[in-house]
Amino acid sequence: MIETFFNIDIIVAAWPIVMAGLLNTVLLSLIVVPLGLLGGLMLALLAGIRHPLVRWPLMAWVDFFRAFPPLVLLILLFAGLPFAGLELGGFACVAIAFFLNTGAYYGEIFRAGIDSIPAGQVEAARSTGLSRLQAMGYIVLPQAVRNVLPDLLSNTLEVVKLTSLGSVVAVPELLYQARQAQSLTYNPTPIVVAALIYFLLLWPLVRLLSRLENRALAGRH
Amino acid sequence: MTTPLPIVDARGVHKHFGALHVLKGVDLTVAERELVFVIGPSGSGKSTLLRCLNRLEEPSSGSIVVDGIDMLDPRTDINHARQRIGMVFQSFNLYPHMTALGNVTLALRKVAGKSRAEAERLGLAALERVGLADRAGHTPGQLSGGQQQRVAIARSIALEPRVMLFDEPTSALDPELVGSVLEVMRALRESGMTMVVVSHEMGFARNAADRVVFMDDGLIVEQGPPAAIFESPAQERTRAFIGQIQRH
Ligand SMILES: Nc1ncnc2c1ncn2[C@@H]1O[C@H](COP(=O)(O)OP(=O)(O)OP(=O)(O)O)[C@@H](O)[C@H]1O
Ligand SMILES: [Mg+2]
Repeated sequence: MIETFFNIDIIVAAWPIVMAGLLNTVLLSLIVVPLGLLGGLMLALLAGIRHPLVRWPLMAWVDFFRAFPPLVLLILLFAGLPFAGLELGGFACVAIAFFLNTGAYYGEIFRAGIDSIPAGQVEAARSTGLSRLQAMGYIVLPQAVRNVLPDLLSNTLEVVKLTSLGSVVAVPELLYQARQAQSLTYNPTPIVVAALIYFLLLWPLVRLLSRLENRALAGRH
Repeated sequence: MTTPLPIVDARGVHKHFGALHVLKGVDLTVAERELVFVIGPSGSGKSTLLRCLNRLEEPSSGSIVVDGIDMLDPRTDINHARQRIGMVFQSFNLYPHMTALGNVTLALRKVAGKSRAEAERLGLAALERVGLADRAGHTPGQLSGGQQQRVAIARSIALEPRVMLFDEPTSALDPELVGSVLEVMRALRESGMTMVVVSHEMGFARNAADRVVFMDDGLIVEQGPPAAIFESPAQERTRAFIGQIQRH
């Protein structure tokens, strides 16, 4: 049993391949998460503009990318863009597709956080001469981010998991590399190793999330 | 002798919220060092009027000049102008993630451009004036309602405004905490601050107001010295309102 699922020789042989995959998974996450956070913040700030010419397109954008399955979006970009004369490659397609998807999610989270801050605080800030942007930066956002930290973290977890879909378009991330190693060695051990790595990568975040959620619950009493 | 320019000079102020006509041509002038006390039934437009004075609310028409600044001129730097107009709200509206001192120094640093050290010196002085220098490091959550409102007053006076607007500053307070806030307001008045106060504290009005303004249905119905308005109002609507609140 152990020989089959956790074969030491195979671990040693597959290690460089799997590590190369881990590197790409981390790299993808380090691109998609910050970009998604930034894009989401922009969407949330734009949502403060009530003008219909901003409001409707914004709503359509966010709804579209939240409703569209990220895997479908990825394959659409990967298979479709070359026909439009754009050869971006799998890595870029993964980054763009998941940025669009998760940016919309981060945007909704930030928006909820911003909405949770009483308008009176902004009015007080404005009455002392702070600009709209200063009130946002010094008063609203620090509290808003704190209020939605668990949701931001939870979405970040999802993004990291999402990167494993990159294997579908042959991006050599962790899962794809593990499957390569598996087909080379005719043994499932590399997949088990990849699963363990995903777990070790995400488990600290999950723990942190639990603590934040408990703190938020306690704070409500 | 030329009469000095009023600090607040609002003329023909109208405000519509959609179909709702809330201010119907209000004229209000407030002289330097004057305390004007505004009363009127709920929904008569008192808060809206105050909020138009510092343009938290955009008037539909009319003119508003504060300390010589045309508040409705699009060329006016509104953020600069607002430093001269302090505002105190019913619900305090402190920033809960900052200390009392942080609340008071934010605009000093980011609007008035003071250094951190200078802002803290001025901020502490402002907290001292409301009797809360020893609470500078407390967050709003660690302060009583009365203390929070005094910090809110300090936040405004730290900017050395030319006029202070109070919108029901004691209405959200437990009765036993009202006195401490009124005391600070009285001291502020004695220091020569020009003030416009919307409130139900009739005792304060009698003692401290130079003029009482009665509003009803978006208009100033009647105004005059406190004694005249409270004892012998000329208008039937004023009489009815005064009678009503005195029964409470
Ligand atoms: N932002 C707004 N949008 C729509 N209607 C508003 C808005 N603000 C105020 N109003 C309406 O304008 C009218 C006057 O409100 P305002 O708050 O100025 O009255 P008030 O005299 O301060 O009353 P109160 O004593 O209850 O505080 C009310 O009918 C109110 O519902
Ligand atoms: Mg009001």
